[in-house]
Amino acid sequence: MDTLTQTWPWYFSGFLIGNVMLLLNYFGKVFGMSSNLRTLCTIAGADKFADFFKFDWKSQRWNLAVLAGAMIGGFVAVHYMSNPTNVDINPKTIEQLATLGIDAPNGKLAPEVLFGNQIFESPKLICILLIGGILIGFGSRYAGGCTSGHAISGLSNLQIPSLKAVVGFFIGGLIMAHFLLPLIF
Amino acid sequence: MMHYIKYLLVGFLFGIVLTKSEAVSWYRIYEMFQFQSFHMYGIISVAIATGLIGLQIIKRYNIKDIEGKPIVIADKEKGSFRYWAGGLIFGLGWALVGACPGPIFILIGAGFWSVILILIGAMIGTFIFGMVKDRLPN
Repeated sequence: MDTLTQTWPWYFSGFLIGNVMLLLNYFGKVFGMSSNLRTLCTIAGADKFADFFKFDWKSQRWNLAVLAGAMIGGFVAVHYMSNPTNVDINPKTIEQLATLGIDAPNGKLAPEVLFGNQIFESPKLICILLIGGILIGFGSRYAGGCTSGHAISGLSNLQIPSLKAVVGFFIGGLIMAHFLLPLIF
Repeated sequence: MMHYIKYLLVGFLFGIVLTKSEAVSWYRIYEMFQFQSFHMYGIISVAIATGLIGLQIIKRYNIKDIEGKPIVIADKEKGSFRYWAGGLIFGLGWALVGACPGPIFILIGAGFWSVILILIGAMIGTFIFGMVKDRLPN
């Protein structure tokens, strides 16, 4: 049981993620999670405002099924397959986070300070999460994909545009993690 | 309906793996961008390597999909600016909230209600893109 509840090693996890992509290819589909955001916008009525959302969203139902499965998987993994030794990050990282006022993991996936339910009382934190989401939604559609669509599907299919996007992901991420996060917190 | 069960199962596997590898964790993303662990780089590299080998096998042996059709994965559209700019904007958000689109849904499923705010933001961001798409440089 321990092997199930402890942190899964990178080589095993990476292998399974690669197989998730290949399985979807075998089903005749392409792995990409951010396109679901467009589908959800269309379902919510965005097609009345922009042509970009006028498409047959029902053709994307398979991807919504992947999404629903992923949500159930997240539920099962967190509630039945966790243990307090999880998220054993570098002690240096923990020290650095402490100087920003961010709590150590102690088995949690996300810091309480940023993701606990008390954040609903903080306009600043609500804005941070909303703005982060806006950047993710806008950026992934502009770049035509996210980590799954470009980093995994695109790079494994040797797509140069995906390489550009992934380098962009990392430049943006490094700017945020090194220069902007210390200013925000 | 039965038709969708295989997608639900693949999604389930994806949700479990991303959670158990902690790729959905804000901490792991922060640690990755600080270059303080190999964990995330290892996951991404092995996933790409597995996909690469699998796709080469599919191409070499002309493996058909479940319905017997050839497996063809369309090339990404050519271009540069949109990939760099879109990628950079995405990266800023990824490192800020520590979640990309897959993990947003996985975390909500796991009961992190605050992540619903990220989802609302991501839908707003997608909507803004749809509104201004034709005015953006490609």
